[in-house]
Amino acid sequence: MLFEFTEEQKMIQKMVKEFTENEIAPLDEKMDNEGFNYELWDKIKENGFLGIPFPEQYGGSGGDPITSAITIHEIAKGSASVALTLDAHWLAADTILHHGTETQKEKYLYKAATDTIFAFSLTEPMAGSDAAGIQSTAVLTGDEYVLNGTKAWCTNGGVSGVYIILAKTDVNIGFKGISAFIVEEGTPGFTVGKKENKMGMRGSNTTELVMNDVKVSKENLLGKEGDGFKIAMIALDGARISIGAISAGLAESAMKIAKNYANQRVAFGKPIAKLQAIQFMIANMAIGIRATELMTFDCAKMKAQGMRHTKDAAMVKVFGAEMAMQSCKDAIQILGGNGYSKDYHVERYLRDAKLLEIGEGASEVLRMLVGTTELNS
Amino acid sequence: MKIVVCIKQVPDTVDVKIDPVTKNLDRTNIVGVINPFDKNAIEEAVRLKEKHGGEITVVSMGPPQTNESLREALALGCDNAILLSARELGGADTLATGYTLSRAIEKIGAVDIVLFGSHAVDADTGQTGPIVAENLGYRQITFVSKVEVEDGYVFASRTLENGVQKVKAKLPVVLTATKELNKPRYATPIKIMKAAKKEITVWNHLDLECDMDRIGLKGSPTAVTEIFEPKRDNKINMLKGSPEEIAKALVNKLLADKLL
Repeated sequence: MLFEFTEEQKMIQKMVKEFTENEIAPLDEKMDNEGFNYELWDKIKENGFLGIPFPEQYGGSGGDPITSAITIHEIAKGSASVALTLDAHWLAADTILHHGTETQKEKYLYKAATDTIFAFSLTEPMAGSDAAGIQSTAVLTGDEYVLNGTKAWCTNGGVSGVYIILAKTDVNIGFKGISAFIVEEGTPGFTVGKKENKMGMRGSNTTELVMNDVKVSKENLLGKEGDGFKIAMIALDGARISIGAISAGLAESAMKIAKNYANQRVAFGKPIAKLQAIQFMIANMAIGIRATELMTFDCAKMKAQGMRHTKDAAMVKVFGAEMAMQSCKDAIQILGGNGYSKDYHVERYLRDAKLLEIGEGASEVLRMLVGTTELNS
Repeated sequence: MKIVVCIKQVPDTVDVKIDPVTKNLDRTNIVGVINPFDKNAIEEAVRLKEKHGGEITVVSMGPPQTNESLREALALGCDNAILLSARELGGADTLATGYTLSRAIEKIGAVDIVLFGSHAVDADTGQTGPIVAENLGYRQITFVSKVEVEDGYVFASRTLENGVQKVKAKLPVVLTATKELNKPRYATPIKIMKAAKKEITVWNHLDLECDMDRIGLKGSPTAVTEIFEPKRDNKINMLKGSPEEIAKALVNKLLADKLL
């Protein structure tokens, strides 16, 4: 066995599992229909989930990346939407933890650890995978930057108190001209735009953001001008570990429903679990889930030890996302007609899983990353 | 206020499997958890401390893996944890367990309130709390669904089969908690991390200066000889008559079988 969690990690895993089973999982279907659940998120905040990765001095519980991965993994077994929201919150607040000044950390990390959801926004309507193609601008005027532009597909848009916004301080030098800013909700000119009507992950709120002469103090520049792209890429490395954890958790939920169904459903005189076609599909799910878990926790360990993990995190995401999609498709197939019904949940899992191949680094981009890294090594 | 909570680690299982050879619970692959009603006891202790100040010590008798449950109790808000563990203490029934726990409470000293869960979900006797109360000479109020403390008295409501009884008792008191008493909180990650670093005190029969005839197997006048699943009788009883007559007959049958 490659992994042995510490006593603290096991205790946190137990608590997250119990909380998920009792509070989160029963609401997943409702969130699919009605969207982000504020009451649930109040409970999530009260029970200290937001602060798991942050140091105790900022109000967090001082957990490490493995503890974060354990948490996301367990939550994803109850709701991929909730896991994604927490992943996106940590992704955003993490940028301040790693690149912020002490003043910025003191001002913002306590909020992130206790009661405020954060969001990270790079993508724009015309620039997703081509992140360097973003067009939002940030112009230094006296002691302030003035931000203009539109952001798209912001996870946690509309439910966050603080946004990490990527915009160009220099439009002539491609990705090297991107800088990162901390923008508070309610800043004049900063508005939440259209809410996306998504295929899945509907318990997670995703919106456009519109910036019209948004004045942000110089103090809210994160890192130096031009650091934005690097900050974003480092943040996404961590987030991709979370996607691995979500993939494994979601696929496990799909497999559980498929297994229970296969053991009970009788066709041709016996449970369909006795048929090899079903056994092979379940086997593929079990193999894929185990591989994804091992890759995810191994990558989390690399991050915990301060090792570079860009290629590894990309591999986790590509593999995990595609495994989750296939597992959910097979779960529907095992359930047959019932799998096509919302009552049996697996169709919702498939709709949730599709996002994992797209957001936080599309599989194609990540294959480019892994392929070129491999070929140059 | 000095509070002690006594907890038991029980198997976490809905599917009880009986070993056909030993005729006892098959404990392979079973994870230990805090007895559910003990969680209500811990929660009430924490609420009392939040209201009146003081200190909570959680105590449990069991093998070393009981420490997991004690740590969880610390993470839920208890201040100190004590494990009572020794080979000599093993094999104890409720009488021997109750004696050992009361020795520990006497050693802690000056305890105002002792909280138990109403019963453990594995053995289901509900005897240990009352036995401890008798050993200590404390007043006892069992099956409490509401607790208030004022001016050295406990005011409690007891959930009984036919109604609710209100009781007033002078401290020190032993209380046993029902699930109606409160909704246990979750341990937060910060509290878990702090609890993981805390030291758990271990006392054995020598630390407790136990009478060797009253502990462990020797101190247990009762023993479990067999656990078996009740035989299911699939006989169907058809009730005849008008809807009113059938309803009356059904109610009478349920009352006669003590199901209502």
